[in-house]
Amino acid sequence: MIGRTTVLTIQTPEGVSFTIPIASPISRCLALAVDFAVIFALTMLISQVVGFLSIAASGVPVLGDILSDFGNGFMIVAQFALAIFYGIITEWLWSGQTLGKRLMKLRVIDERGLSLGLKQVIIRNLFRLLDILPSNFYLLGGTSCLLTKRCQRIGDIAAGTLVIRETRSIAPQFSELMERDENSFAAKPHLESRLRQQVTPDEARIALDAVVRRNELEPKARLQLFEELANYFREMAEFPEDITIGLSDEQYVRNVVETLFRQAAT
Amino acid sequence: MILDLDKFVAKERPFWDELTELLRLQDENSDYKLTLEQAKRLFYLYQRTSADLVKMKTFAGEAETSQFLENLVAHAYSRLHEDGGEKIRFRPWQWLTRNFPSTFRRHWIAFALSIGTFWIGAGFGATALNYNYELKSDFIPPQFSHLNEKPSKRVAREEKQDFDAFQGRHQFSAQLMTHNTKVTIMTMVVGFLWGIFTLILLFYNGTLIGIVMFDYISDGQGTFLTAWLLPHGSIELPAIFIGGQAGFIIAHTMFGWRTNLKLRARFARIRGDLITLMGGAALMLVWAGIIESFLSQYHDPLFYPWKIGFGAIQLLGLILFLTFSGRRKPELSS
Repeated sequence: MIGRTTVLTIQTPEGVSFTIPIASPISRCLALAVDFAVIFALTMLISQVVGFLSIAASGVPVLGDILSDFGNGFMIVAQFALAIFYGIITEWLWSGQTLGKRLMKLRVIDERGLSLGLKQVIIRNLFRLLDILPSNFYLLGGTSCLLTKRCQRIGDIAAGTLVIRETRSIAPQFSELMERDENSFAAKPHLESRLRQQVTPDEARIALDAVVRRNELEPKARLQLFEELANYFREMAEFPEDITIGLSDEQYVRNVVETLFRQAAT
Repeated sequence: MILDLDKFVAKERPFWDELTELLRLQDENSDYKLTLEQAKRLFYLYQRTSADLVKMKTFAGEAETSQFLENLVAHAYSRLHEDGGEKIRFRPWQWLTRNFPSTFRRHWIAFALSIGTFWIGAGFGATALNYNYELKSDFIPPQFSHLNEKPSKRVAREEKQDFDAFQGRHQFSAQLMTHNTKVTIMTMVVGFLWGIFTLILLFYNGTLIGIVMFDYISDGQGTFLTAWLLPHGSIELPAIFIGGQAGFIIAHTMFGWRTNLKLRARFARIRGDLITLMGGAALMLVWAGIIESFLSQYHDPLFYPWKIGFGAIQLLGLILFLTFSGRRKPELSS
């Protein structure tokens, strides 16, 4: 696990670099468990249907035996085909996702950040037979996942793929965040200017993230975080008491964020 | 300088939405073809969004939007730089008659190693049994326990039995197909462990065959053995050798002899060949499963010459197919 990385960093020919979060072994295990359950359920369904048809055909003298035997043979092939092709078909049709990966918001991609090719899908699923050793315990695949830098099982190494965590794909709405009661700091433009001069982009980002994600925090942690942030920003530019009176720490930080990120409006 | 985020997002969002829509169209329909104008527009939008991402990271650093843009740029990047080679149309007949045999021939050394290992194992099994007959029960795995029976006894019993062409045959055939396919895939994938386990698997399977062959021949049941094994074995064994061939190709890739390429690039080179070999082997095993179930188990002595003849012709046909099929005709010089 030494040197493990949690993101795949891609440097594009255009000089832009971006990162893609790599899935953790735990989330992959959960996705796998869902997929096993789906395969098991489908196998049971096929077995029930074949069983029902066998019973229905058993009444016919000679043909019944043949059909029943054919049904048993079909079931064996179907179980095998499901185990092999479930991953191949779903990952190919859903661009690197099985049902389990969809639920866990994971996706298989080419390790260079490109789309997944059919050959890669087939190879990584064929190599599953090696990864599940010994005796379906996934010890080889699991060990490989833990030892490789980018959590790749053997099938991933052979196919040149890795499993990533899908991130949010909807752009956040800032207008809703910013449109609220009048920012009392606006009454003191010289102090706002001082605040903008002193706050670094990193500090501004922390404040904005805190405001955007405030509803994800536990109440106690939320109070503590905004108290620390408000105290920090208060030291940078001290607004007079007449415009800060009655402002909670959270409102104070929201005012700071609005001041920092709405320069054109001020 | 800190970016006016709201204004920036409001100005750029239409471009991001347009890019998202173009990518969605392609995601939802893998055959979707962009027009030249759309392709140009996609590239423009990708570049613009990339520039937005840089601006966001430099001047605002807000995590949510940066993450959204990274996701969008990553998606567009994967579309724009995807491997065009994957779009080749699959032609089954051409694949079977040209790609498969030519891929097989391209890696003939790996096949020779595979077949050689198997028959060395067979020689070892036969020698071991010749040395000490009691070893037989130690070598034969539980699922083949019926082979522990003295061959002549089995032959006498089976030759008297009526053959029911249907009772249990479909199930048996399916079991054979799936089991042999699993063994063949396994022989291939264990090649990843530097070929050691491919060698062991081939040698072990060879040992079993060697024991059975020696046992039947030394008991005077050579004709029964040939009529029993040749019809399906002439296809089944070569399929397993092809699995071994694929395993040795992987092993060679793992060692990376005579190349400076990284493991990733080396694997990218052989992926297509591995799939072709496995596809061919799987087809062969389906056929072998049918033959083993519906023909090989038919032990009427009157029928032995036909079975042996069928197996021999099948083997010859396979050799000719793998040797000559799909060869390009030499171009005539003017």
